[in-house]
Amino acid sequence: MHLFDLFLGPNGWGVPLLLAALTTVALSVSGFAAGALLGALLAHARIAGGFIARTVADAVTTILRGVPDLLVIYLFYFGGSQILSWIGNAAGYGGFIGLPVFLTGVLALGVVSAAYQAEVFRGAFNAIPRGQIESARAAGMGSLLMFRRVLAPQVIRHALPGLGNVWQLILKDSALISVIGLVELLRAAQVGAGSTREPFLFYSAALLLYLGITSVSGQAFRWAEIRSLRPFRRG
Amino acid sequence: MDLSFMQATLLTLLGGLPLTLQLTASSVLLGGAGALALALMRTSGVAVLSLPARAYVFVFRGTPLLIQLFMIYYGLGQFRPALQELGLWSFFRDPYSCAVLAMAMNTAAYASEIIRGGVASVPPGALEAASACGMRPLMRLRRIVLPLAIRQALPAYGNELVLMAKATSLASTITLMEVTGLAGKMIAQTYRAVEIFACAGLIYLALTFVLTRVVLLLEWWLSPRRPRLQPARPRIRTTGEPA
Repeated sequence: MHLFDLFLGPNGWGVPLLLAALTTVALSVSGFAAGALLGALLAHARIAGGFIARTVADAVTTILRGVPDLLVIYLFYFGGSQILSWIGNAAGYGGFIGLPVFLTGVLALGVVSAAYQAEVFRGAFNAIPRGQIESARAAGMGSLLMFRRVLAPQVIRHALPGLGNVWQLILKDSALISVIGLVELLRAAQVGAGSTREPFLFYSAALLLYLGITSVSGQAFRWAEIRSLRPFRRG
Repeated sequence: MDLSFMQATLLTLLGGLPLTLQLTASSVLLGGAGALALALMRTSGVAVLSLPARAYVFVFRGTPLLIQLFMIYYGLGQFRPALQELGLWSFFRDPYSCAVLAMAMNTAAYASEIIRGGVASVPPGALEAASACGMRPLMRLRRIVLPLAIRQALPAYGNELVLMAKATSLASTITLMEVTGLAGKMIAQTYRAVEIFACAGLIYLALTFVLTRVVLLLEWWLSPRRPRLQPARPRIRTTGEPA
């Protein structure tokens, strides 16, 4: 059968597509982690920073939320190589140095999502009653100990629903990384569509894989959310 | 930084702004109509209507817009003979109409959830009161449900509007040279990523700023606190028998 040969036969496209789907997941997870780190920094600047830190964080958040993600990806792809080449030239290596595409993608996704993650973290932090922070201080906890014992566990719990949304956003944004040539799911589908002249079939396959990834991970987030609320369940 | 280069860049990029605006406006208008239909289907309580709407929303919210765009523009090209027979080929051959269709279908899915939230927020008492006054479902929808739901959904819809304005940048991947497309082309030609990013970013920030202000204005205009023209007060009869 035609479909069987195309996807599951020897030299079929099934395995490359699945591998590309794994790349998409790896890219999104790394981008999510990078974004969480940057977002936490931004949130920290907005909560505890001085006037300058707060203004800078505000400006960064506004810019990142107002500019298309594709533009940020172009900035990192071309700008990253530009900066690397400058550094290379300064070090005596005259020539073009490109930033690896996967790294570019992770950085771009991280920066794009950082603004959203910062808002999620800030909201979660604000949901913690002030009294708890005061009592932690009164009990003699230092900032780090308080962060580990009082703030982090609760911020994560409050942030889970918002983080789930951001994760879905990053997962769908990861398709944009295909424009800079990383072979993730969409790019693999494009390659397959180009060489078999069956674009509809290949994009449908990729569409189904995306749907699978988003619904499984969405379910995982819901499960984590329910689990995180377990200490508060009544009855 | 080279100011004259920035100025030239800004002018070039502004040439893409009409296309960005056009794409945003057409996809939001079309998508808004679709969203309303989807939201009504989902809240209808009739399985034949609500299940397809749920499936539609699930698929369009669960997959990237870029692949939806490619599916329509490149994917449907596979059925060229059939589309030609139906007389639809001139539509699906045109990147602009494909982009509008993909974005409208995408935003319809997201916005239908927003409108559904608004419909759910209409107090049941208002519905009962309308029914008790003898309104039929359609009239109740027009006079009670939609005005309340749309007002309630407006802030979230404003966010969706801004997201759509940014999402039009994806049209550059199917050869439409709007602001991001022009910026990407210029960056690839000149490798001055930072300056060009700054110019394009400025245009988008201005656009989103204006859009959010417009939505705020609309919210203010539609909120009940707005001082309205008072209807003429009924004259109180001071003399004579009660009417």
